[in-house]
Amino acid sequence: MTTPLADVASSDATLRAFLHGLPGVDRVGADQRAAMLGTRSIKTTAKAEAIDLAIRMVDLTTLEGADTPGKVRAMCAKAVHPDPSDPSVPKVAAVCVYPDLVALAVDALAGSGVKVASVATAFPSGRSSLDVKVADTALAVAAGADEIDMVIDRGAFLSGGYSKVFEEIAAIKAACARPGGEHDAHLKVILETGELATYDNVRRASWLAMLAGADFIKTSTGKVQPAATLPVTLIMLEAVRDFLAATGRKVGVKPAGGIRTTKDAIKMLVLVNETVGEGWLDPDWFRLGASTLLNDLLMQRQKMATGRYAGPDYFTLD
Amino acid sequence: MTEAEQPGKDLPGRDQPGRARADEAPDGRRSGAPGRAGKPGAGKSGAGRIGVADSGESASVGAASRESASGEPASGERGNSRESARLAVRKTYKLYIGGAFPRSESGRSYPVASSEGEFLANASKASRKDARDAVVAARKAFGGWSGATAYNRGQILYRIAEMLEGRRAQFAAELADTGAGRPGEAVDAAVDRLVWYAGWSDKITSVAGAANPVAGPYFNLSSPEPTGVVAVVAPDEPLLGLVSVIAPVIVTGNTCVVVASERAPLPAITLAEVLATSDLPGGVVNVLTGSVKELAPWLAAHMDVNAIDLTGVADAELAVTCEQAAAENLKRVLRPSDPDWSADPGVRRMTAFLETKTVWHPTGV
Repeated sequence: MTTPLADVASSDATLRAFLHGLPGVDRVGADQRAAMLGTRSIKTTAKAEAIDLAIRMVDLTTLEGADTPGKVRAMCAKAVHPDPSDPSVPKVAAVCVYPDLVALAVDALAGSGVKVASVATAFPSGRSSLDVKVADTALAVAAGADEIDMVIDRGAFLSGGYSKVFEEIAAIKAACARPGGEHDAHLKVILETGELATYDNVRRASWLAMLAGADFIKTSTGKVQPAATLPVTLIMLEAVRDFLAATGRKVGVKPAGGIRTTKDAIKMLVLVNETVGEGWLDPDWFRLGASTLLNDLLMQRQKMATGRYAGPDYFTLD
Repeated sequence: MTEAEQPGKDLPGRDQPGRARADEAPDGRRSGAPGRAGKPGAGKSGAGRIGVADSGESASVGAASRESASGEPASGERGNSRESARLAVRKTYKLYIGGAFPRSESGRSYPVASSEGEFLANASKASRKDARDAVVAARKAFGGWSGATAYNRGQILYRIAEMLEGRRAQFAAELADTGAGRPGEAVDAAVDRLVWYAGWSDKITSVAGAANPVAGPYFNLSSPEPTGVVAVVAPDEPLLGLVSVIAPVIVTGNTCVVVASERAPLPAITLAEVLATSDLPGGVVNVLTGSVKELAPWLAAHMDVNAIDLTGVADAELAVTCEQAAAENLKRVLRPSDPDWSADPGVRRMTAFLETKTVWHPTGV
C-alpha cells in the first residue's frame, strides 16, 4: 500500500491502483472455507439462542411493485410481534420498504424500536442520474427512514469507473445527513454481488464502498440470482475486518436475498463468528435481509418449544 | 399372507390368460442375478439372492441348457463359468423423497432378511428429519397435484399400473423373498388395484358429493376435496397392501408420506422406482423405510400433516400415542386395521381423506 488510505480516493488512478492492489481472492479456498463452516452443527440451547439472534437481525423486507399500504402495515405489525401467540419472540431489527411507503412504516412502527430502512437510488438497477438518486434518497430521509439501502452503479464499477461509484456513494452519504442534531440515516451500500462476476470484484467493491463512507455493505438487492451466497458473505466479512484494522472504523454487513431457512441463517451466523468474531454478532453490525426467512425461524422456534414440527398454516403469510 | 384373488379379473381390457406369471416365466430371473453362481468364491454369498424368485424350475431349465452349451459340468448348481465371472451388481435401497432417491440424512441403514432369514440387502433407516423433509416435499407437491384434473390423475394412476406391469418379474422375485405365497398373483392384484382406483378419480366426486335439497332459494352443493398431506403407515403386506393404501390417498388429490413395512421394505422402494417413472410429480408420494415406532409419532405430531393412516401400526400402544399426537391439529385418523387386501376395498379409504366443501349459491341469478 503505497498511498495512505485517506488519499486513495484523491484521483481515479490512485483509487484504481489501490483496489487492484488488494490481494486476489482464492476462489476455491473461499468456497471451501464457506462450505466447511456451513457444516457446523448448532444444536439445542445454542440453536435456540441463534434463532433468537437471527430474528433480532432480520430486516423484514417487502420490495414488490404490488406493495400496498395495507401490506406494509401488516408487515410492520409482524415486525413488532413476529409470533402473536408467543410474546417471548424478540422484535426484528428493521423493516425495509420503498421510499414512498417509508412515512407509513414510520407511523406504524412509532415507539416500537424497530427501525425503518428504505431502498433508494433507483433501486434495484441503479440506472438513473445522480440528481435523481440523491432526490430519491432525500425523499426517504425526509420521510423518516433510519437507514438507506443504496445500490451502486454496477455498470460504472465493471467498466472501471471507480471514482464515479465512489463519488455517488459519497453524495448519497451526504444526502443521508439530517441537519439539526437528529441522527443521520445509516447508509447501506448494496454491491449486487450477483452481477460483479468475480470474488476479486466483490472485495474491491466492498473496499470502495467502505472508503466512500458506507455504514453497512450489503450483498444484493434480492432481484438478481445468485444473491447472498456464503462465500460472497465471507469475502465481505473479511473486507470489513481488514478495514477495521486499517482505519479503525467498524462497518456492518448485510447479506440479503436467498436466505430462506433457519439453517441458512445459522450458517451465516457461524460465518460471522468465525470471520470477524462476536463483535459483529449484533443487529447493529450484522443484518439478514429476508422476507420468508422469518416464518421459518418462527417455525423452528416453535418446534424447539413444543417438540413437534410446526406447520406454515399457523403463521402469517408474508 | 393373504391369497391374492385377482379382484380385477373381470375388467375389460385386462387380458388375464395372456399374462405370463413371473414365477413360471423362463426369463423370470432378473438380469442382476448372475452372482448366485454355485462356484466357490464366485461373488459374496447371498449377493445374488436379492430378487431371485425361487421359482424356478423352468428358470433352471434355461440355465441348464446354457451350461451344456458351454460344455461345463453343471456341478449340481445353477450357473456357469461365464456368469460366475461377473460380479453381482447389487441395488442400494434408498428413500424416495420429492422425486429423488436420497440416503437417510442420518446415514443409518438396517439389514433386511428374507423370510428364511437370509440377508437380502441393507435398507435405509430414515430419521425424523427425513420424515420432516418428506412432509416438506409432499406439501410442495400438493398444490399442483390437487389442482390437476381428476382425469389427469386417473391417467397417471393408470400409468403407474402400466409401469408396475412391466416390472412383474422383479416384483414377483422380491415378493418371493419376503415369503409371499403366489407372488405373481400378488403383483397382478396390485396392478388391478391401481387400475381400479385410477377409474375412481373422476367418479368419487359424484359418489361422495351431493346436490343438497335446502329450504331456501339456493343451489346447495357439496363436493369432496383432498385433505392435504397424508402420513401413511403401510401394512406388512409388501406390495398389494402398500398399493392399496397409497392409491386411495393420491387418487383424490392428496399427497402422502409413506412409512413402508419395516419387515419387508424392499418392494416399497422398488415401487418408488415405478412411481418415479410414471409421470407422477415428485413429492406426491414419498417413501420412507425404517422403524415405524421411531417415525410414526413424529408424523402424527407434525403440524403440517393433515391426516394420518395408521393401518400398519401393529403396536396398540403406539397407535394410541399417535392418535393422541394427531389430535393436536385435528388430523383425520384412520385407525389400525388388518383387512383382507384381496377383498373389494370399497370407497372407504378414499372418503377417509376427503373434506367436504359445501357451497350455497342463490338461485335465479
